[in-house]
Amino acid sequence: MPGKTLRKSLIYHSCVAVFTVLMLYPVIWLLMSSFKPSNLIFVTADSLVPEPWIWDNYTIGWQGIGGYTFGTFIQNTFVIVALATVGAVLSSAFIAFGFARMQFFGRNFWFAIMMGTLMLPYEVVMVPQYILFSKLGWVNTILPIVVPAWFGQAFFIFLIMQFIRTIPAELDEAAIIDGCGRFRLFPRIILPLTAPALATATIFSFYWRWEDLLGPLLYLNRPKQYTVSLALKMFLDNETISNWGAMFAMSVASLVPVLVLFFLAQKYIVEGISTSGLKA
Amino acid sequence: MKARQLRNHLAGYAFISPFVIGFLAFTLIPICASLVLSFTDYDLFSPPRWVGLDNFRKLFFQDNKYWKSVRVTLTYVLFAVPLRLVFALLVAMVLNVQVRGVGVYRTLIYLPSIIGGSVAVAIMWRNLFGDQGIINLGLIFLGFDPVRWFGNPTAALWMLILLAVWQFGSSMLIFLAGLKNIPVTYYEAASVDGAGPLRRFFRITLPLLSPVILFNLIMQTISAFITFIPAYIITKGEGGPLDGTLLYSLYLFRQGFVYYHMGEASAMAWILLVVVALLTALLFATSRFWVYYESKGGA
Repeated sequence: MPGKTLRKSLIYHSCVAVFTVLMLYPVIWLLMSSFKPSNLIFVTADSLVPEPWIWDNYTIGWQGIGGYTFGTFIQNTFVIVALATVGAVLSSAFIAFGFARMQFFGRNFWFAIMMGTLMLPYEVVMVPQYILFSKLGWVNTILPIVVPAWFGQAFFIFLIMQFIRTIPAELDEAAIIDGCGRFRLFPRIILPLTAPALATATIFSFYWRWEDLLGPLLYLNRPKQYTVSLALKMFLDNETISNWGAMFAMSVASLVPVLVLFFLAQKYIVEGISTSGLKA
Repeated sequence: MKARQLRNHLAGYAFISPFVIGFLAFTLIPICASLVLSFTDYDLFSPPRWVGLDNFRKLFFQDNKYWKSVRVTLTYVLFAVPLRLVFALLVAMVLNVQVRGVGVYRTLIYLPSIIGGSVAVAIMWRNLFGDQGIINLGLIFLGFDPVRWFGNPTAALWMLILLAVWQFGSSMLIFLAGLKNIPVTYYEAASVDGAGPLRRFFRITLPLLSPVILFNLIMQTISAFITFIPAYIITKGEGGPLDGTLLYSLYLFRQGFVYYHMGEASAMAWILLVVVALLTALLFATSRFWVYYESKGGA
């Protein structure tokens, strides 16, 4: 009997492991190819082992475009990601508290609107928003990408709301009896307790902003301002020079922050998705 | 007493005010503006000129590219969404076991969903499917003819569909959470009554999971309708070959920001909004025939 379960478990593990490797094979291939000389990447596409193993792609790729190195692009991206994420998470938590704990006229109406914006395709507002921001003189600044984030993001509002609902309302009442006003209740009592939901929201915001292409593509036109995604896109446009190696190397570099965060924070990510049942 | 109630209402609005302001400024007013713009000829530089229904007439009756992009998008949605959900459910069921190390598989299989929307992965995908790419090597190894993925519109679209299916991880996690909520006793009772695995799947798993499936179906359909980055990167912004990967949002982007046809782009945006809203309503409407809510009873 133990022999049979052992065999069963062995078969299970080997099947699932093979499937997992197949799923990740493209990423592994990208990583290993980034260490191959450009002219050998496709000649030796069937082999994962770079022969010879070189780092040149990284040094060449890092030189960037238009006189700006990849370091600049990474810095630009981090600025946008940080400003947009802080804004989106804080404002969403604030709004979520209002929806979850306040009784006010028209609450259901606004909640329905909020859920509606969750399903609203960005493409619908893309053109008029562009016109608005260009009239404001915001083109070629990061404002069109960052400022709207400070007005809450439906996915995060919903995520944090679901979490606040699990905090017993008696806690609010006790705090109010002890003389804590509504506006202190939120930062003092509720906000610290929602930390796990805030962490999940922060992580997702980081991903979406880091990978965002449409925003930078529309609003940032100078190489000095490029984000990592936009720089990679520009790299691709110059692909005729067939410097695949450098492009692969910078693609890998652009994924490093995402992967590091993923492995550090996968608990929050997995739980966030499973509990909210949502992912835009 | 009345003053206190008023204060309560005001406090509520104070908390949701960022959303209300943001909604008005960045969503509602732009949407209304885009409806007006859809009846104009506007290139951003000279003032808009009222042209009535001309933009819609042009799109519907004169623009072959428009219908092409509609067809391409519908094909994409019709294949990518169901395939992704079926994969997600199958793998979720395989991983829904109490075995050591299963968490590692779950995490690693979810990984493509995290990075899948990035430019880096689109570049990677583009190169996997190159003429000498690893996919063609695999096809040759298995005894098939290599496919010219960038030379054939259908093949190129399938390249995008496969990229979407590859990212089934987030739906899989949601399904896994749903599967864990189904009491084991249901399956035990069904087994005792002689129900086989297939019967248990169709009579227990599927009905109890149907609310989650409905929700996923709606969200994934919407996100498939507005897929942009893969099509934009993989075909270098063109939507080729022969417009075979000219997804709706790519064509909308080109209308607006390559040709500066803001009027037509706005018209396309409004058509998209109406179609997505109708489709969502339709999915909700059909849900009472196939979605099972435990509290109401009856299957």
